[in-house]
Amino acid sequence: MSGADGDPWRRRRDLVRSSILAHLDNDEPGLVDLLAALCRGAAAHLELRGAAVNLMSSKGSEGVVAASDAACKDLVEMQFTSGEGPCHDAFALRRPVLAPDLASAREQRWRGYASLAVEAGVRSVFALPLHVGAAGLGVLDLYGEHPGALDDEQVAIALTFAQVATEILLDGRLTTADGNLDPDLESALDYRSEIFQAQGMLMIVLGIGLAESLSRMRAHAFGHGSPLVDLAHEIISGRVFEEGEI
Amino acid sequence: MIASGPLMDAFVEMADTLVDEFDLIDFLHHLAEHTAAISEASSVGLLLGDHDDRLTFMAATSSSAEHLELYQIQNLEGPCLDCFRIHQPVIVTDLSKAGGRWPAFAPLAVSKGFHSVHAFPLRLRDQVLGALNVFGVEQLPLDDADVRVIQALADVATIALLQERALAAAETLTQQLQGALNSRIMIEQAKGVVAQSNGVPVTEAFEQMRRYARQHHALLSELAVAMVTGELDPKDLRT
Repeated sequence: MSGADGDPWRRRRDLVRSSILAHLDNDEPGLVDLLAALCRGAAAHLELRGAAVNLMSSKGSEGVVAASDAACKDLVEMQFTSGEGPCHDAFALRRPVLAPDLASAREQRWRGYASLAVEAGVRSVFALPLHVGAAGLGVLDLYGEHPGALDDEQVAIALTFAQVATEILLDGRLTTADGNLDPDLESALDYRSEIFQAQGMLMIVLGIGLAESLSRMRAHAFGHGSPLVDLAHEIISGRVFEEGEI
Repeated sequence: MIASGPLMDAFVEMADTLVDEFDLIDFLHHLAEHTAAISEASSVGLLLGDHDDRLTFMAATSSSAEHLELYQIQNLEGPCLDCFRIHQPVIVTDLSKAGGRWPAFAPLAVSKGFHSVHAFPLRLRDQVLGALNVFGVEQLPLDDADVRVIQALADVATIALLQERALAAAETLTQQLQGALNSRIMIEQAKGVVAQSNGVPVTEAFEQMRRYARQHHALLSELAVAMVTGELDPKDLRT
């Protein structure tokens, strides 16, 4: 993609990146610090109450890894005590779940959770799955204290926050090896078919999980400073990577 | 130009699918195949725009790496990108003269043996969700009636996208698009799993998956998940 100002992808990526940096409170941020800054940045930019990243697997919730504040952490956990909620649904359906008014009569999906959340001062929830195809890592939950839908631009920004959160979870970082943020090496979750085909192949070759397969491909490509799609082509055309090599 | 027999088959099959539960990606593949048969085109593909208006490959009559390149490049230039932006069909019957318009796309398409290319918008009210891309190895002239028929097929793709879960959940367009894009990724991942497990090329892996899904009345995306999670052994797909 070109770096033209008119490119909405580039513009939104830059916005999310600078928003994370503005909310970092640690000079050597680890994964949790980055995700907490992402939660605070998303809430601030979208003018919402707060946000949280909940890790999930096919077995269920693995716990809140980062949140903008303690109350938002509680709001996620509430979904798992009541056994229902947007976070559950977003993960299971692999698509965003948008609930602009929990107190609305039309909102019948999670009556138990909705009343608990409204009591805690939350009126809207937007749950965005952190997924790459069948590989599910978790959910980014955004909470608003007022009822109201996100407009198209806000949804697009929220999805960009979710994409960046997914990349942080896959890569364990937002930075390059020397600790500097390097926009040139930053690769979006590229939609090219070959990358996902190679991800499936490598998973079988190494006997690892689907998400880990992509993590390793990304680390290998970044480490060699080469495009991910080139590595994907190598894997598809039969280059065999042994354990330890990638 | 338009073959009426295949058009009727397509109409009957697609109407039949849309009234029941169906798999979107599988449906779009069928739609691409029908469009190719009806228009006598050599290759047909479908692209969807994501929330950043980036065009993403969804389905095609051939998803060999060779052809994928033709769709990938259209994020930068090409008939689909133009069609996506101007909200109108783009008809080019002689690609060899389109080098000025698309300096990268036109020579690439010609080098793969194509001489004509058309793109039709996936329209929804004042928006365009993506484009249907029709390639011909010969110059494929289309008259007004042909354009209307192929545009109608593109409209069917839009309807399918909106219809997929309309009965199950009141979803916004963004939610439906995100679901569609993610389903497509799942199917690519499963193709890789099947290709590696069964020692076949990815195109053959996809055929194995489609055949199995058809025989067992399974949704392609659910089969893809079963492949990736190991719930089903990819070897069971070989017949």
